[in-house]
Amino acid sequence: MKKPKIDLAALPGEQATAIDDRYQIATPLRRLFNKVFPDHWSFLLGEIALYSFIVLLLTGTFLALFFDPSMEEVKYNGSYVPLQGITMSRAYETTLNLSFDVRGGLVMRQMHHWAALLFMAAIVVHMLRVFFTGAFRKPRELNWIIGISLFWLGFTEGFAGYSLPDDALSGTGLRIADAIMLSIPVVGSWVTTSLFGGEFPGMVILPRLYILHVFLLPGIILALIVVHLALLVKQKHTQWPGPGRTEHNVVGIRMFPAFSVKAGGFFMIVFAMIALLAGLFQINPIWLFGPYKASVVSAGSQPDWYVMFLDGSTRLMPAWEFRGSFFGYGHYTLPPLFWPTVVLPGLLTVLPMIYPFLEARFTKDKQAHHLLQRPRDVPTRTSLGAMAVTFYLVLLLSGGNDVIADKFDISLNAMTWMGRIGLLILPPLAYWVTHRVCLGLQQHDREVLAHGIETGIIKRLPDGRFVEVHQPLAEPDEHGHIQLEYEGWVVPKKMNRVGALKPTVRGFFRPVEDHPEEQEIEAAKHQELTSGPRR
Amino acid sequence: MSTHSGLHAAEADNEEFDHTDPRLSRFDLVKEGARRDGVQLVYYAPRFPVPGTRREARVVRAVGLLFFLSGLFATAFVVAYIWWPWRYQDGSNLSKLYTPVLGVSLGLSLACLGLGFVAWGKKLLPEEIAVQDRHDGGSPADEKKLTGETMLNMVDELGIKRRPLLAKTALLGMLPLGAVAVAPLIGGLIKNPHKPDILFHTGWDPSLNSGHPIAVCREDGTKIRPEDVSIGGQMTVFPGIFNTDGDFVGASNDFADSPTLLIHLRQDDAQVLRSNLVHVPINEQNTWGNFVAYSKICTHAGCPASLYEQQTNRLLCPCHQSQFNILDNARPIFGPATRRLPMLPLTVADDGFFYAKSDYQVPVGPGFWERP
Repeated sequence: MKKPKIDLAALPGEQATAIDDRYQIATPLRRLFNKVFPDHWSFLLGEIALYSFIVLLLTGTFLALFFDPSMEEVKYNGSYVPLQGITMSRAYETTLNLSFDVRGGLVMRQMHHWAALLFMAAIVVHMLRVFFTGAFRKPRELNWIIGISLFWLGFTEGFAGYSLPDDALSGTGLRIADAIMLSIPVVGSWVTTSLFGGEFPGMVILPRLYILHVFLLPGIILALIVVHLALLVKQKHTQWPGPGRTEHNVVGIRMFPAFSVKAGGFFMIVFAMIALLAGLFQINPIWLFGPYKASVVSAGSQPDWYVMFLDGSTRLMPAWEFRGSFFGYGHYTLPPLFWPTVVLPGLLTVLPMIYPFLEARFTKDKQAHHLLQRPRDVPTRTSLGAMAVTFYLVLLLSGGNDVIADKFDISLNAMTWMGRIGLLILPPLAYWVTHRVCLGLQQHDREVLAHGIETGIIKRLPDGRFVEVHQPLAEPDEHGHIQLEYEGWVVPKKMNRVGALKPTVRGFFRPVEDHPEEQEIEAAKHQELTSGPRR
Repeated sequence: MSTHSGLHAAEADNEEFDHTDPRLSRFDLVKEGARRDGVQLVYYAPRFPVPGTRREARVVRAVGLLFFLSGLFATAFVVAYIWWPWRYQDGSNLSKLYTPVLGVSLGLSLACLGLGFVAWGKKLLPEEIAVQDRHDGGSPADEKKLTGETMLNMVDELGIKRRPLLAKTALLGMLPLGAVAVAPLIGGLIKNPHKPDILFHTGWDPSLNSGHPIAVCREDGTKIRPEDVSIGGQMTVFPGIFNTDGDFVGASNDFADSPTLLIHLRQDDAQVLRSNLVHVPINEQNTWGNFVAYSKICTHAGCPASLYEQQTNRLLCPCHQSQFNILDNARPIFGPATRRLPMLPLTVADDGFFYAKSDYQVPVGPGFWERP
């Protein structure tokens, strides 16, 4: 009998066949490999959020192995000398232990915090990209709504995580959250007492926030991310207008290998940035803040950046309190805190969620769109967005107005009033300015299409006048006019853009392209292989 | 190109295509596969048409170096993780660099790996422009019709229309079941804020001391005499409450609503305050000599309103910058706060120590609906 021989070269093929026999995976797998992704730098922003989330899951799991959210009081006797013998909660103690007594714990904590900040920042910037390019339009309204939900879930998740260490800053934040819930009419005191299990702070709020932070919210966020990406794959990515690009195709590169190699590399780069930030820039040094005590606070108390706009709105709110009786029954209070911290976030959730439908209604546009719009081509939307961003920025800056007042020697009260007035005046101003800028840019695009690029070459005419030579972008017709339609994409406005410059010489110390014959062969081959016209 | 004609063409071509034809190159098969997936490679060219040029070798070397460096930095991470002195020591020493060394080595390792992959993708993989059909709009009309009818048939099969009793009883059965899902959550969590009436009582309530007035204490639980506070000075004070073991708990977070600011006013300022007391009748008996005590819990959002400006006689809350005038019953004079800081009824007993005559007469801290 002959010894059965394993043919190593045939093994992958046999394995593949064996798998396909069972799951008939050949066709869907190839479809996945061949899926085309359009390429543009602005499409990477959402990816940053996704990758930060993965880093959050990884580092968070490590932290959970050592953290205990218990609010039971203990005496610290870990390695950090200045706090030894101080009474604190178990949550604060285990966070200190993570920072000082767990090997590599501090770098994990800092990576977790930086990743959270980056996650929220990437969500916001991604959302701006989607808004200003009109990517939220039909058929992508649902994905836009999911995106906004992800922002608010991330916000809550971040706040819960920020509260867990039970340091002086996070406790103060929690105290304010308690006051915010208290301000809700009718049920406020019931909601607050129920969540805190009695009086603030009680013993149960951190364990409750903990299960929210490590299980419930991440689960929901993960599920929504999966739906977000599934819809993206199903509906295919939007693309910028350009040669050969229509509403009925996607022009780009295939998912495997080109796109996935780049995306995988980008994941590593995002991960790297978070690690570098965590190593080099201290964040949330809770041992300097001390444990939470209801009587302790320091000047310049700031929340994480994504909460700051609500802190700003709270600071700017005038002292307007409504007191009255309810159908002649008792005396009731509606605290001023209710408007900037409950009503405003409500509006900031609902308005953007219904925006795609409002825009479709006002523009009477019921078509599906897969080609993106340049912000300048939709002045109204762009200006509305600029208005919203300005509103947000005034709130954000007001969230740190005490620090600004201190550093720039401005009266604190003046900063508050500047914020109050700015919040009302700047957004409309931003609308007007943006509208003008959009129209100006539109006009300049048409001008260049009609008359050509300004070359910077000044010609003197026989009669003594000086004129600038323009480089037309197409052959003029018999009347000397250039008929070029605006295609919704960048119009070249510099001679360099149309090939006026020689290509860059490659090489760092000396050129690497110094072999003319090699170059010629390459060029000839290149010509041969190029079947279709280049973009 | 139109979506539908493209699809039909693909279907028609499938039969003509012979995948066993030996003349077909691998790339022919790739293109055929892509075509069946609605993808057309309109431009496809290797980055280096002539293999082995100096430029290609240079790029390959660079990418290789990046991968090598990645491994090097990762090794540095592991070595540092194990052997770098990591235990916290006071003062300036190598252990302070543990976190930076870990972060930088990990970051550089990942960055080199990432840059290597990106360079591989951008500089070495063939340049391509692929165009994929987008199947837009709804499903074909016949598909919609068939699915719609299938769904309607489900309704027919269930016979909900013919048997309305079933629909109603099913609803009757399931609604309480929904309540069952909610009941444990709400029932388990719910707490009545008014039994005990936590929002209206603080640690200064004499009932916590079997009806006797509560002593005004420092953070360590020691009582305070008037001469302990210098003129113009202030001190954060806590209710003198001790647990059964005799430990001082008045300054703990169990009494988070009780921290109070005891202020020793200058003579002139005290005069001003006394003349202002009539504005808030309940405060009239609450000061003792030139001493006044206000709740430290801001009436806006509950932060400690503890930044005391001695010169202007203001208290400022650092969270949202509400400012209170100490000489006018802590009236809010700037910022979002709407209510005065409550004044603690202060007295000095025969033993010469400060005591609270009673609890605060109005709720301390942020406003809420039931607050009169």
